[in-house]
Amino acid sequence: MPEDYRTMWAELGLNLANHDKLMEVLGKVYAEIFMSQQNRPKKMEYLDFVMSEVHGLRIKELIDGKKQGRKVVGTYCTFVPEEIVIAANAVMVGLCAGADFSTEEVEKYLPKNLCALIKSTFGFKLGGVCPYLEASDLIVGENTCDGKKKAYEVFKSLVRDLYIMDLPQMKNDGARDLLRSEYDKFMARTEKLTGNKITVATLKKAIDIVNAKRKAVHRLSNLRTNKPVPISGLDSLLINQIFFYEDPIRFTAQISSLCDELEMRVKNKVGVASPETPRILISGCPMAVPNWKLPAIIETSGAVIVGEESCVGERGTRNLVDNTGNTLESLIDALVDRYLTIDCAIYTPNKERRDHIHEMAAKYKAEGVILYAIQFCAPYTVEALGIENELEKDGIPAIRIETDYSQEDVGQLKTRIQAFIERLKG
Amino acid sequence: MTITGGIDIGSSSIKLVVMENLSVVKRETVPATFRPLDTARDLLALVPEGSPAFATGFGRDLLDKEFSMPTITEIKAHALGARFLFPDCKTIIDIGGQDLKIINLDTKGKVARFEMNDRCAAGTGKFLEVMAQRLGYTLSDFGKAAEAGKDSVTISAMCTVFAESEVVGLMNRSFSREDISRALHRSVVKRITAMYKRLDSENSFTVVTGGGSRNSALLALLGETLCTIIHHSEDSQLAGALGCALSAIPSVVT
Repeated sequence: MPEDYRTMWAELGLNLANHDKLMEVLGKVYAEIFMSQQNRPKKMEYLDFVMSEVHGLRIKELIDGKKQGRKVVGTYCTFVPEEIVIAANAVMVGLCAGADFSTEEVEKYLPKNLCALIKSTFGFKLGGVCPYLEASDLIVGENTCDGKKKAYEVFKSLVRDLYIMDLPQMKNDGARDLLRSEYDKFMARTEKLTGNKITVATLKKAIDIVNAKRKAVHRLSNLRTNKPVPISGLDSLLINQIFFYEDPIRFTAQISSLCDELEMRVKNKVGVASPETPRILISGCPMAVPNWKLPAIIETSGAVIVGEESCVGERGTRNLVDNTGNTLESLIDALVDRYLTIDCAIYTPNKERRDHIHEMAAKYKAEGVILYAIQFCAPYTVEALGIENELEKDGIPAIRIETDYSQEDVGQLKTRIQAFIERLKG
Repeated sequence: MTITGGIDIGSSSIKLVVMENLSVVKRETVPATFRPLDTARDLLALVPEGSPAFATGFGRDLLDKEFSMPTITEIKAHALGARFLFPDCKTIIDIGGQDLKIINLDTKGKVARFEMNDRCAAGTGKFLEVMAQRLGYTLSDFGKAAEAGKDSVTISAMCTVFAESEVVGLMNRSFSREDISRALHRSVVKRITAMYKRLDSENSFTVVTGGGSRNSALLALLGETLCTIIHHSEDSQLAGALGCALSAIPSVVT
């Protein structure tokens, strides 16, 4: 680790001892899970590099940008429109965390039986280990589930500047009005933060940048419909995770060139697993870095993941924003239209999500669906029961998995996943 | 003549079966020690040299790693074993040392859906073991006590730790050991029933496997609660090992 990174981390206010511990574990886990995969696409080197510099070079870039007045906005949800942030010449980064850290500290603020994603967010703050969080000039929380909503009330006292965005719970006309007014407010807040006025031209350009990033992952997704599948689920998940940190323009270019390689693979029938390998769709809660536990179990148990119906996946990245409007009004309306199609389980009713799971299972030729939920996540665990029954009725094997970030249930998870794969193999 | 072996490395006991032409010729059940690999090696010496053998159970990966032995999950193993013991079997309740599993079979006898407890010991052999100890019983006396007891009290906690404090509370309110034993068995049955119903298993041909099949109080209360005949046999505890020995038969398509 170059010495200037340590100075940079110290200046950001990170707890260096804790941070060293985190990086050591992260490096080890990454090597174990990702580098041990067979027959990876060569272009995954880019992702390996991004991950090795995730707290290094990328943070340095953000800091250098900040010195030139480019603000950083940290977010926890796919409902926060990156287009608005980019249009104000700021950078958006995802802050969701996927590992237990400083658990004893966290439980001073939050109850024990709360979702691991929320507790981890607090853990990364209290442990002083997240440079993205510390580099953020504005942190955006949002009213999604009850857990997050109430936790932000507490989180407010721990961070510099927390802005809360309200979100609708139903998809009706009122919802559209609410989201529109929230996006207007968020735009004003972003303009105030950056001192830059958002114009038709800057917003249009931002829409194009984010659309291009989405199109790159759409292309990746389409390539995963092939048999044999040219890229693993783990690597694809990693791409969807890095989607939230990496410079969008560079990300688009790199993923596009990865897709060129994958196209060649498809042409030459090269895959990461044999064509007979059972294909699995994962659906449910988001998986933030370094939450790779379940996908790693699945892909070392003789199956391959072909799609993620998740915020860190297709739920978050599908659908583009219409960029044809010529007024700010029409462009912001287009944003609202696109973001309202995210089928988060906070919505009621949420038939669209069920339809999308069926659609994805067919498109990616998935033979089974794993409904993943973080323990204590009411929205996704409640939906999972009904969805499981519905899928089974339609002849698509499904299994519900509820777990957290700990390793104590790995043995039992393995047994359940392996039995599910045995079932798919018939 | 086909001879095969099957070994089930469970959390509380290790089971071995040797089959010859589809009948069991050797059966062994030994307590799991702190050195499961040594115990397994001793047991596997009973399988004739050169005969194929499969492994299952909590410790199956160990045998895969050490002896390159093929493995199947407990779920598949119990499904095969239970169906061998009872060809009409549609639902299996496997009450193991640290796992509780309900397995539904499709019309061809293959695993359809299954439910399994997560990391919690509720509804497992471990729960009964801890409770028997708390009440000063051996496992077999614990079952007998439950049969002798009356339904005078309910234990609401299914968590092993909470149930234990509930038991202490009941003892201090001078409920009899027999009644408390019965209530504890009912608590396990309640946990099993919830998972059983979730799989719509009502009125299906139901077989109990695993160590829990040796507890007659549990079987009686299960039958009463689920309103169905609970099938079990002397070999129910060996179902996992049996399924492995069956899987190891080269011609058997599993």
